[in-house]
Amino acid sequence: MQRIEETDRLNAGEERLRSLLLRGLAGDAPAYRAFLQELSAHLRGYLRKRLAGLPDEVEDLVQESLLAMHNQRHTYDAGQPLTAWIHAIAKYKLIDLLRRRARRDLLTDPLDEEFDFASPADTEAADARRDLGKLLAQLPDRQRLPIVHMKLDGLSVAETARLTGMSESAVKVGVHRGMKALAAMVRGDA
Amino acid sequence: MRTDELVNMLATGAGAVPPNQAARRYATALASGVLGAALLMAALLGPRPDLAAAVLLPMFWVKLGFVACLATAGLLAALRLSRPGLRLTWVKGALAAPVLAIWLLAAVVLARTDAAQRAELFFGSTWNSCPLLVALLSAPAFAAVVWAMQGFAPTRLRLAGAAAGLVAGAVGALVYSLHCPELAAPFVGFWYLLGMLIPTAVGALFGPRLLRW
Repeated sequence: MQRIEETDRLNAGEERLRSLLLRGLAGDAPAYRAFLQELSAHLRGYLRKRLAGLPDEVEDLVQESLLAMHNQRHTYDAGQPLTAWIHAIAKYKLIDLLRRRARRDLLTDPLDEEFDFASPADTEAADARRDLGKLLAQLPDRQRLPIVHMKLDGLSVAETARLTGMSESAVKVGVHRGMKALAAMVRGDA
Repeated sequence: MRTDELVNMLATGAGAVPPNQAARRYATALASGVLGAALLMAALLGPRPDLAAAVLLPMFWVKLGFVACLATAGLLAALRLSRPGLRLTWVKGALAAPVLAIWLLAAVVLARTDAAQRAELFFGSTWNSCPLLVALLSAPAFAAVVWAMQGFAPTRLRLAGAAAGLVAGAVGALVYSLHCPELAAPFVGFWYLLGMLIPTAVGALFGPRLLRW
């Protein structure tokens, strides 16, 4: 009985999250924001369980996964279970992180173990150690300015184009490429 | 940056996502792969001189059908592997079916042939160049399909690379079959398949490097 209720609860959560994403993909901005908010809580819980030995990495990986899911949101197939999509990406990013650490640990002694760590609730958005704001500052102007105006200040494409003197399509391309470049920086590629 | 700030940033001005991006991107890749292979074939090999007569033979179409089925199955696999969390499931059967069918046909053909002539059916007269030429003609499609896949998010990179290589190999084989003088099922079932498996192996080898995101 309890099992059935648990499954029902999970199904209801999945259904809710999926409908938020689908509405977001269709252009509903508040739904997309709500989707990302619920997603980050879900990811925090998922990754915290799997990174029990590395609590410091959890929030960094939550952010990296969020950015990846945002950049790859066009790869979600409306016919597939959303949790399968989310967990496949989270697992991919988790394995990538563990590989990076393994490579780094071969070169340096791991002395950064911390044991007395009080974990905040999954829903509470913690601070990541990596500062995306600083990474953003490293992007070239043609990508940084469109992102700052559109995604931080909330201006429209037209307003951003007027402010920066770029064409509207250059603004859109700048946001798109800039977000990908940001993901690559987070990954340590660039 | 706090995670809720990141959520804010991602959500702001996100806009709608155009549907059917996979179909468009893969269609572009396939078209340029076929065009590239056709240009290479025209420049280096030329079509077989008796092509007009060959298209009347059933085996010509069996050969083409075998390659086309593998191309389609490979494409379905590539499309599924481009998306996180989608498994291959029935596509595995679709990949195996054309191979089993041509092998069955080859077995029947060999069984009905005199032992002395079997070697000729298997080796034809071009066995030593066929796989390499198929692999060569698949190069443009390989680049194009890998490009298409880079626009998505494969999570099993070796498998995805292999699928991209198989699609490219099948495109190469499809175009090569317009040049190739061989029609025997044992030849097609082995040397063509070997030719298509070369880019498949290359894809599996370099997938993790080419497709990482």
